[in-house]
Amino acid sequence: MAAEKAEMDALKKECDGLRTQIEAARKAVNDGNMTSAAGSATEVGRVQLKLRKSLKGHLAKIYSMHWSSDSRSMISASQDGKLLVWDTHTGNKLVAVPLKSAWVMSVAFAPSGNLVASGGLDNMCTVSNIKAASPKTLRELDAHTGYLSCCRFLSDTEILTASGDTTCCLWDLETGKQKIIFTNHIGDCMSLALSKDENTFVSGACDSLAKLWDLREGTCKQTFSGHTSDINAIQFFPNGNAFVTGSDDCSCKMYDLRSDQEVITYQDGSLNAGVTSVSLSNSGRLIFAGYDDFNCHIWDSLKGEKVGVLSGHDNRVSCTGVPADGMGVCTGSWDSFLKLWN
Amino acid sequence: MTSNCNVSNMRRLVEQLKLEASVERIKVSEAAAELQQFCLQNASKDALLVGVPTGSNPFREPRSCAVV
Repeated sequence: MAAEKAEMDALKKECDGLRTQIEAARKAVNDGNMTSAAGSATEVGRVQLKLRKSLKGHLAKIYSMHWSSDSRSMISASQDGKLLVWDTHTGNKLVAVPLKSAWVMSVAFAPSGNLVASGGLDNMCTVSNIKAASPKTLRELDAHTGYLSCCRFLSDTEILTASGDTTCCLWDLETGKQKIIFTNHIGDCMSLALSKDENTFVSGACDSLAKLWDLREGTCKQTFSGHTSDINAIQFFPNGNAFVTGSDDCSCKMYDLRSDQEVITYQDGSLNAGVTSVSLSNSGRLIFAGYDDFNCHIWDSLKGEKVGVLSGHDNRVSCTGVPADGMGVCTGSWDSFLKLWN
Repeated sequence: MTSNCNVSNMRRLVEQLKLEASVERIKVSEAAAELQQFCLQNASKDALLVGVPTGSNPFREPRSCAVV
């Protein structure tokens, strides 16, 4: 007993020492921030995007949307129990995928465009083939012990999931089995983003931390703190060296991977609503953040200033996304509509 | 039993912190400058920044022009 207590005390002391060491190392390189570095960049001015299309079709709250890699098709998920695949150029619905469980929280398109995945309070990730004559369920990935908050395909054979059970998981779609389980968060995982080279991913959780993971080794490489409440959304900056988070603490933050810390916070005294979703324009200059206040606010990522707003939804903006070609931005809302802007 | 779990959990936490402490860090000013450079280099190709020409807007209905 005494020996164990002594060991625990020694280990706790070692942890505290290491934490202090990490903070000191971060401070040592903290010689400025984004706003000071961006002093020379020209202002973007007022960003006024027009509403180009309002996509009507869902009968209940929209929780998630994802662009296809062709920048034309887009899939949305609603708690009306359906996934809808849209042709965003015409506004037409291409495919409707009925869900076994209506409590969907996330949807994803595979890069090939052949498969889609969804899941939510059923704790499962269901993968369907939408290129078949009628949508066919391929796999039901069932191992998480908490809700599915986010899913992203690496290819038609591998998918990454984030769950309310605090873990993320890499699955093999050929066997339907878990390949790697990523454990380290101490709160529900809410969102994940895959790096372009697919060697790493970042996750945001209700423990207010963001983590960088090695996809193949299964290890947590870096942990980023700063938010004071749940992180609901996370996206990589286009050059892959930084990522942006959105949180219930009403702010967004950009973290740089190589300096291992936050480089700027996007917040405004007048904005007292939680951030539900984030996406970036192709140059990384503009951040589109969906808020509980029914708006999507646009931030200048370098100067930290609010430069525009997408208003029009009658309820919380739950999801946003910019297609690969960067030609527009889509917002989805609890008001059951998706809107396209550019 | 619980105390054994706690000890092994703490050991794991120490190993994790050692891993995170070993990361090589670059100066924030350097990181920020590179992020800024990326934005500026790609600004001209960013349709949401520079705007989409009316004729080639994929989300806009093609309109026919009436010659008055």
